Amino acid sequence: MIIDLVWLVPLIPLIGFVINGLGRNTFSKSLIGFIGSSVIFISFAISVGIFLALGSDVNKSHEVFLFDWISAGALHIPLSFLVDPLSAIMLLIVTGVGFLIHIYSIGYMHSDEGFGKFFSYLNLFIFFMLLLVLGSNYIVMFIGWEGVGLCSYLLIGFWYTNSNYASAAKKAFVMNRIGDLGFLLGVFFIFTTFGSVEFSKIFPQAAAMLPGDGTIALIALLLFIGACGKSAQLPLFTWLPDAMAGPTPVSALIHAATMVTAGIYMIARSNLIFDLAPVIQHVIAIVGLATAIVAAIIALTQTDIKKVLAYSTVSQLGYMFLGLGVGAYNGAFFHVITHAFFKALLFLCAGSVIHALHHEQDMRHMGGLRKKLPVTFITMLIGTIAIAGLPPFSGFFSKDEILAHVYVHDKVLWGIAVFGAFLTAFYMFRMLFLTFYGKYRGTHHSEEKIHESPASMTFPLIVLAILSAIGGIIGIPEVLGGSHWLSDWLEPVIKHTGESPDHATEYILMAVSVAGVIVSIGFAYFKYIKQSHVPVPDETKRPLLANLSYNKFYFDEIYDALIRKPLDVLSGFFYKIFDNKVIDGIVNGFGLGTTEASKGLRLLQSGNVGFYIFMMVVGIISLLLYTYLSL
Amino acid sequence: MEQLLLLLIFLPLVGALVTTFSGTAAKHVALFSSIVSLALTIAVVCNFTPDASTQFVVNYPWIQDLGISFHAGIDGISIITVILTNVLIPLIILTGYKHEYKNGNALFALILFMQSGLLIVFTALDAFLFYIGWEAALIPIYFICAVWGGKDRIKVNMKFFVYTIAGSLFMLVGIIYLYLQNPAHNFDIQAFYNLNLDGAQQGWVFWAFFIAFAIKMPVFPFHTWQPSTYTEAPAVGTMLLSGIMLKMGIYGVIRWLLPIAPAGLQQWGYIVIILSVIGIIYASLIAFTQKDAKRLVAYSSIAHVGLISAGIFALNTQGMQGAMIQMLSHGINVVGLFFVLDIISSRLKTNRISELGGIAKQAPILAITALIIVLGTVALPGTNGFIGEFLLLMGVYQYNIWIAAFAGLTIIFGAVYMLRMYQNVMLGKTNDLTIGFADIAGTEKVVLYTICALIIALGVYPKPILQLSEASVQHLIEQVTQKLTSVN
Repeated sequence: MIIDLVWLVPLIPLIGFVINGLGRNTFSKSLIGFIGSSVIFISFAISVGIFLALGSDVNKSHEVFLFDWISAGALHIPLSFLVDPLSAIMLLIVTGVGFLIHIYSIGYMHSDEGFGKFFSYLNLFIFFMLLLVLGSNYIVMFIGWEGVGLCSYLLIGFWYTNSNYASAAKKAFVMNRIGDLGFLLGVFFIFTTFGSVEFSKIFPQAAAMLPGDGTIALIALLLFIGACGKSAQLPLFTWLPDAMAGPTPVSALIHAATMVTAGIYMIARSNLIFDLAPVIQHVIAIVGLATAIVAAIIALTQTDIKKVLAYSTVSQLGYMFLGLGVGAYNGAFFHVITHAFFKALLFLCAGSVIHALHHEQDMRHMGGLRKKLPVTFITMLIGTIAIAGLPPFSGFFSKDEILAHVYVHDKVLWGIAVFGAFLTAFYMFRMLFLTFYGKYRGTHHSEEKIHESPASMTFPLIVLAILSAIGGIIGIPEVLGGSHWLSDWLEPVIKHTGESPDHATEYILMAVSVAGVIVSIGFAYFKYIKQSHVPVPDETKRPLLANLSYNKFYFDEIYDALIRKPLDVLSGFFYKIFDNKVIDGIVNGFGLGTTEASKGLRLLQSGNVGFYIFMMVVGIISLLLYTYLSL
Repeated sequence: MEQLLLLLIFLPLVGALVTTFSGTAAKHVALFSSIVSLALTIAVVCNFTPDASTQFVVNYPWIQDLGISFHAGIDGISIITVILTNVLIPLIILTGYKHEYKNGNALFALILFMQSGLLIVFTALDAFLFYIGWEAALIPIYFICAVWGGKDRIKVNMKFFVYTIAGSLFMLVGIIYLYLQNPAHNFDIQAFYNLNLDGAQQGWVFWAFFIAFAIKMPVFPFHTWQPSTYTEAPAVGTMLLSGIMLKMGIYGVIRWLLPIAPAGLQQWGYIVIILSVIGIIYASLIAFTQKDAKRLVAYSSIAHVGLISAGIFALNTQGMQGAMIQMLSHGINVVGLFFVLDIISSRLKTNRISELGGIAKQAPILAITALIIVLGTVALPGTNGFIGEFLLLMGVYQYNIWIAAFAGLTIIFGAVYMLRMYQNVMLGKTNDLTIGFADIAGTEKVVLYTICALIIALGVYPKPILQLSEASVQHLIEQVTQKLTSVN
């Protein structure tokens, strides 16, 4: 059966990594691009087969055992994979969107000297992401979890000769590691609580437990800390905007569509544990919402097109956590899927713009590109509508599902969340208008060279635009005459999905959010098209709120002052004073007498080494001789 | 089978003698000898039954009047350290291939002498023999550092020597004390295990041994000899010290300290664990701002050893098994790191981080291999470092959750200082110094490729190694806990 061949899905990209890694300097670019993309396509094809096979199978959970990985005493960690509705659908997203982004990269990276390296890293990323998705226990998941972190590090620092980029890469790795410590400690608690790290052993036990246990709450909290690092939530989100230093396809694949949603995937997978910890669920909802709002406010004033999208990603991830926090696991995962489509699309469109403008990312130097880049414009418009949440585009359905659950849970949270959704519509259309409308604000010389991207780049845009437009079909709610296929599909993994409001309320909620979104778009239209407003240059003084937003609430500066600098000072103190003066001073005090007394030893150092070796041998031989003589 | 162990121990000695007199061919002779040792090790591993028993035992009466015998053997714990020694020695010899040493034959001979001493330490079942090996391993490394080291070598080395000797004297006192307590008046390990010492006596024995081992590893605050010694020693010396020699201390704890003085562990173990964890954080923080890459790695080694030590004293299967595989992994990784720095300093004459940068552009293969070693050091899953750190942290966690949380900071701090170093050395723009940096070739490639292959192989499939030691480790833990219940 094809499900038993699931190990091929990650293995084939790994082979692609090895081949392209070895041939990176010798193969032609077209060969590298072909190998790199086709391995992902093969994985995608197998994933489709697995998805179909699982659909027609009564058994919805298959474990595929490969080998014993770590075992020590009672601890046994097999390298084995779990194919169930949740992982099967993630496989499709990772390999499907991954494949499109590989195709795109052939065009986007064609003149980069690191072409081979880039494709090998991308393949390696897909390999680790698939391990993360497929692991049948927390530790195999953790291999993928940290492995994608490594690829993220390598790809953010892809142009490593720029030391800012290299620093951004390091920052991403370290911040993720903070979360990872939480993850690891959570796994330790899981092991001592459930006696295993295997999902199939843990969740049945969790299903039989009652909410309120302190240890379970701690486990949930620690896993959530892990998710905060990987999925860029407060307070660990500052690495993601910096991660935009990587090539744009990387931003689309890793820092929007797949890796950053790993935290949501992990929590959705562990939904039975989180259901047992209502307090932590509340924490998750609040952190998610706070992240969504803070990031949305920052996005309002950013001028770098990729930074807008980066903060928008942080904000959307916040919405997903908000959904998880109110128990809407399906809604959150639904948003993972639609977000993968439209955010990958938006980043790739931004990449197409950047490509056309020869690495210009500042929207203040863009404008009027609608005619010059028609495909990019239309597809980006679709992506923007999708994220803003206008029906019938995909983002509408997933976001509204989350919001509806939030409403039932807590009306204040809903109010804030809906306000954030209006901000989203505003800053996204601001980006669209600044980029494609009005007059071109770059130099006349550069204007002539602007051209639409090659087919290898526009093809993925078109496919993703279609998916962004119609992707919502998998989760049309009953109230709109759908049957919510996704909820049914995920039912074996996610049973409890939170409560929805009654139909009348749901209509009103939808109407409010759609009306608000349209008004926000109107504001953006008025300001950036009617008034042709262009963001002011960096050095201009801004009003307080705009200044805070533009400077990202000074998070980086605060972390620097509160954490990095004090640690470095402590480091210097420990080294120069405590180690060299205090401890070593005591040691030297003790040693002084001994050293004085053993001055004779010093004389030995000027001698002939050969002589000492000879003496050692003589010594050893005489000891041996003594042995034989005394026998 | 007994001959195999004797051969294993004494072959390097023969190799050393031949090396001494083989002039310019010395390095080849030494390499050949070490490869034969490696082959013998493979034979030992193949013939080893992974149970708790001690195998390949040799037991000859030696100095009968004093009850000293040449008693040695290999169990699942020894075999890990034997593998460590005999895998690393050929690699370390190879790292010396490109250097032009004055009196190179003496240097290579000393390495082989040291190998013999180390193997005695790791296989001895007689306390006197153990002590002989302990000191026999020290003398060659002393000369290696004192003769071929950097400009401050004499002063630094004297401190190292005196400090370690002072530590060993404590152990010697401990051994003699045990000997006197032993009604059979011999140095046999089993007799020592069987001694009926009360809690206070075990407490004293505990400290006598612990100080010797703590200095060797080194555990905070007994570490101040280490950074300077590592920095001033020639690269091969640093590798021998950090890769293999410090494991003498760890091994000593497992083989001698825990089974002989479990009551001491019960009384004082928490202090050791706390010291170890302080060492992890303290040394990591110091590594943050080190200007010399070699000194940075030296401090990072203190942090790593701190975790191993904490895992051992937690006294459970996960912690102990983590220590076993981490001894191997740390040895491999630290040799790799010091070799990368040696390659850089022999080309550029400096290891000052601020002067370097942009080497990756010039030497991509060195950069890739160095990255893999760095990843192993920061315990990325899929590399050898992860298996060890994961098991160690889990072991410490079972001892105490809060201590584990602090010890776990190593995975964050390690990433900070290692990636800082990697970035400042390898990434960024090529400067006037690093321009024209030649990529690795020949023996350099052989060594670094082997190390990278080991890092990944052990990380992906650690089972064979874990299996070798599991039974012995569990036996040891049972033995210690049993003895504890009988004391109480």
